[in-house]
Amino acid sequence: MASMTTPTTTPRIPWARLGIRGMALSYLFLMLIIPISVIFWDGFSEGMVTLWQEVAKPIAWSALKLTLWTSAVMAIINGVMGLLTAFVLVRYTFPGKTTLNAIIDLPLAIPTLVTGLMLVALYGPQQVVGAWVLEHFGQRIIFAPPGIVLALLFVTFPFVVRSVQPVLLDLDQAQEDAAATLAATSWMIFHRITFPAIRLPLLSGMLLSFARAIGEFGAIVIVAGNIPFRSQTAAVYVYGEVESENRLGASAMSVAMMLIAFSVVALVGYLERRGRRG
Amino acid sequence: MTTITTVVRGRPSTRSSVWRRRLLIGVVALYVGLLIVAPLVALVRGAFLEGAAAMWQAINQPGVWRAFWQTLQIGVVVVVVHTVFGTAVAWVFVRDDFRGKWLLNAIMDLPFAVSPVVVGYMLILIFGRRGLLAPLLAAWDIQVVFAVPGMVLATLFVTMPFMVRVLVPVLEAFDVRQEQAAATLGAGGWFTFRRVTFPALRWGFVYGITLTFARALGEFGAVLVVGGGIQGRTETVPIYIFRALDERMYTGAYSAALLLGLFSILLILGTDWLRRRQE
Repeated sequence: MASMTTPTTTPRIPWARLGIRGMALSYLFLMLIIPISVIFWDGFSEGMVTLWQEVAKPIAWSALKLTLWTSAVMAIINGVMGLLTAFVLVRYTFPGKTTLNAIIDLPLAIPTLVTGLMLVALYGPQQVVGAWVLEHFGQRIIFAPPGIVLALLFVTFPFVVRSVQPVLLDLDQAQEDAAATLAATSWMIFHRITFPAIRLPLLSGMLLSFARAIGEFGAIVIVAGNIPFRSQTAAVYVYGEVESENRLGASAMSVAMMLIAFSVVALVGYLERRGRRG
Repeated sequence: MTTITTVVRGRPSTRSSVWRRRLLIGVVALYVGLLIVAPLVALVRGAFLEGAAAMWQAINQPGVWRAFWQTLQIGVVVVVVHTVFGTAVAWVFVRDDFRGKWLLNAIMDLPFAVSPVVVGYMLILIFGRRGLLAPLLAAWDIQVVFAVPGMVLATLFVTMPFMVRVLVPVLEAFDVRQEQAAATLGAGGWFTFRRVTFPALRWGFVYGITLTFARALGEFGAVLVVGGGIQGRTETVPIYIFRALDERMYTGAYSAALLLGLFSILLILGTDWLRRRQE
């Protein structure tokens, strides 16, 4: 019946197609490309050397370092626990599974500032859990790096789970069953069959959560408390520089954060394209 | 009790596999409990600490209602703009073809990777007192920074990818032949869109709008930087919560946070529930 082969699209009038294209492109250009370019242009306007000097200032450098290592720690924990959560959700049935599945998306709905407040309400030094940890382990959670990692873990929790889960669902279990028949141990099955299949989505989930974490502000600003050299992250540093109208410092750190985050996103794109081909 | 009957998809369960299963589920439950559920409970407890009356008193103030109203207004404007332009962008993604289209795909997700603070700062660089467009804005007497227009722009930037990313797969799954059939039967372009294309994309729209709206309501960093958080003028709910904390009005901060958080959660869960019931 349907012998037509060329897919026609919604508007059959040529100017309608061009109109929609023009509308979409000018929107993206005005709202996305121009603002991002302005930051880069401003950051590089005083030259590479000034940019580097601004980022290399002790306060700025320690803020950037703190951001990078807390984000990396978060990405690793998120990778392990996200994989485990996805595995449990796909492979097992247990009471409360639907609830667990719904809870995973909550961090996407909860405003990041509310996230920060929630963590302070639980782990703050005056609160029950925070006081207990401080007394028994001598470690503050809030106003310290552990709080930053917690905040980042909360905000990015869905990333790894939702990236691994669909792949794990699609995975043909016949291979695993065959391996089991051949007396492979469960660890061997996971290591040799399951893991290679989900390696790529796991990695891209971790990298995306890392890229997202670099710029996180709302959840961190309450939890970390803006103490230079101790708990001030890059985003909080930029906020301070903007407030004190220090344009050089703000632009330099913004450019540094964007360069890091964009490279990570580009890496994810490359990995996914390669994954689809291979 | 359940030890004998549990079978993991065809593979008989041994004693060790049952224990592994319990251990893994336990670890995940503990993690999600400590990371997400316990903080949520702590927030509810913090809000109700001084009783429901104190909570209501903290919320029922002109400044707080103003902040909620301000937040809703920005959210609605952002949703309307993204519904129109997001649809156009999604359509271009799926149906249009031209040189350099792959670049679009590469830049579409960038807002996810830009810090909200930097988003606010970008707008200051463009529209601020010493910004690129400063002479123009001064001549026309338009205020963007430290005013609502800047906050709308900031929220637009931050929520840009949601509508497109939700609509693209729905549009891809939609069978073009339905439109072709309508065209064969003499339907015009607009008629086809209204009667054939739009109904098929309805859930995509609903979901995209919900996500955009929820995210817009909760935006903090970008709106704070560009709006300046001026009490009574550019104060949204998240900015109010931030100020309330700073001024040690804890009940006010916790209550507003609870209200805003619950609203966003219900919005997302409610849409999900509706969609599942429809299916």
